Amino acid sequence: MSSTSPSHPANRRRHLSDRAILNLFIWPTLILLIAMNIFPLFYSLYLSFTNYSAIARQIPVWIGFDNFSKILNDEQLWQYFAITGRYVLLSVGLQTILGFGMAMLVREKFRGSGLLTTLILVPMMLSPVVVGLFWKLMYNPTFGYVNFLLGLTNSSTAPDFLASSWAREFVPGLALTAVVVVDVWMWSPFVMLLVLSGLKAIPDYLYEAAAIDRASSWFQFWRITLPQVAPLLLIAVLFRTIEAIKSFDLVMGMTGGGPGSQTELIAVNLYRQAFQGQFRTGPASALAYIILIIIIAISNLYIRFLNQSRGDD
Amino acid sequence: MAQFEEVGPAKPITESIRVDKVSPRARVFHNLRALAVLVMAIVGLIPIFVMVVTAFKTRSDVVADPPKVFFNPTLEGFVYLFTERALLPQARLEEAQANAEDLGLFGRIALESGQEITAPSDYVNRLKNSLIVAGVSTVTSVVLGLFAAYAFSRFNIAGKDDLLFFILSTRMLPAVVVTIPIFLLYRQLGLHDTYLGMILLYTAFNLSFSVWLLKGFIDEIPREYEEAALVDGYTRLQAFFKIVLPQAVTGIAATTVFCLIFAWNEYAFALMLTSDQARTAPPSIATMLGRGGIEWSAIAAGSLGFLIPVVIITFALRNYLLRGVTFGAIRQ
Repeated sequence: MSSTSPSHPANRRRHLSDRAILNLFIWPTLILLIAMNIFPLFYSLYLSFTNYSAIARQIPVWIGFDNFSKILNDEQLWQYFAITGRYVLLSVGLQTILGFGMAMLVREKFRGSGLLTTLILVPMMLSPVVVGLFWKLMYNPTFGYVNFLLGLTNSSTAPDFLASSWAREFVPGLALTAVVVVDVWMWSPFVMLLVLSGLKAIPDYLYEAAAIDRASSWFQFWRITLPQVAPLLLIAVLFRTIEAIKSFDLVMGMTGGGPGSQTELIAVNLYRQAFQGQFRTGPASALAYIILIIIIAISNLYIRFLNQSRGDD
Repeated sequence: MAQFEEVGPAKPITESIRVDKVSPRARVFHNLRALAVLVMAIVGLIPIFVMVVTAFKTRSDVVADPPKVFFNPTLEGFVYLFTERALLPQARLEEAQANAEDLGLFGRIALESGQEITAPSDYVNRLKNSLIVAGVSTVTSVVLGLFAAYAFSRFNIAGKDDLLFFILSTRMLPAVVVTIPIFLLYRQLGLHDTYLGMILLYTAFNLSFSVWLLKGFIDEIPREYEEAALVDGYTRLQAFFKIVLPQAVTGIAATTVFCLIFAWNEYAFALMLTSDQARTAPPSIATMLGRGGIEWSAIAAGSLGFLIPVVIITFALRNYLLRGVTFGAIRQ
């Protein structure tokens, strides 16, 4: 090492200052993220005020808030927002309850509990579009396993979940429920995983103190378990809510938004507007921004609530 | 004051308080709990079981009503997935059957339904694309993420928390929001439907994740190791490569595997930013539904390519899953 002269390039590199190393280490990442995320955000903000279409050979024309006011006055879009809202509430609600219950069940170790817990976690690692596809097979009205396992084998009275029909009659919301079931199947383990780590972190002395006071297990649950797990549970719900609002892959794999617009979640509709038919780039960008603002608002509400529940301790 | 009045001579111990002796009621409860978890796991795994089974069914067995639980396994689904086939005319069929010995395994399976294999299917190419895009983007995002994570972990950076939050927030954007401008940009730069375009996008997509996760792992390596090395005459870079890197190997491995599975599973970006040349496997499985009726066994066979790595990885990473799904924010 000492044999190299100070002017040798290798030696000079070795004497990079911390400042230089910091810049060298951090800027590639920041530049890439700015190019792939920040620039697009500004670009689409601009596009949202234009009537641009990606397939028309015309330059974007500034039309002010036209896109936004059209979206907010569009009954159809409000309906898609309502479908998305129902989807988010139902699936996140069920995931929270089921995930919490599952965590309480696997909390205490028994023989094989590690293996079973890991097996339960497999669905959340799968590709949502592939999950959607094979659940489409599961839901098939004639040879699918769902009807078979439910004992609904008579083809004239059996439901066709993804066509939103039961015994050949149209049941609104059935297809959406079927999609919710799959989302719950996939993501309840996620809530379970987070709650489980919260449960494991509760110090034993709290329960011991409660036992000495002869507190009922009901009391222990409400006064010890739930408050202690609340922050992690809230984080799980926050993650799931954001993901559910963005939900796209699963529905594309299962129903493509159908039948009619029964499962037309807002992200699916956004894709349709931006990349199919007329390629309505300008209006789609405006819609994208509205979705983004909703996500940011909801996250902020959660985070405020989370800080509050932490502050109480 | 009242509590003092109860103090008297110690009562004899009449109950066993041995910890290892569990009351029968508690044991029943314990077993019921285990049973409930077992049932839950079985119910949860039915869809996955169905998929595995369907991949090995013949075309007619797949659509049997009621569903067949017992059947003769076949590789027909895999043949449909990986090959293009043509029906043989009667004369050529007999000739081909006479020479069946010369054909490969897939060829013989195709022959059973009177077909010959003409070419490998598009799906073979799409899988190759998936491997290239996921592989390269994983390496770049882990390498870049490792450097950035180290800088965030060890140096004082102005506005560090804001920067880290910015990095995380990029992951929370809905795919479609980012895709519209990227689509226009890529079209302008000629990056639409290219490996480079997809690799850049997936790298950025995974980078926020890898920075957060790796920062968590590097935070856990005591600073004293490097400081001792610096005192011993190591430069900062040497200390990073020779001291920190070996300590962070587990974290790097876990991050790599997570990035790989995210890129492997990704659908929305690939659907919108590729059409043919660089199209990956997930959007192709979805479009396979269209051609000439639904080839369920082929779809199931293709899905296995997504299921098997995921099962292996879930088990390999079981101790890091929590960190992975929460961006390293929560550690066990």
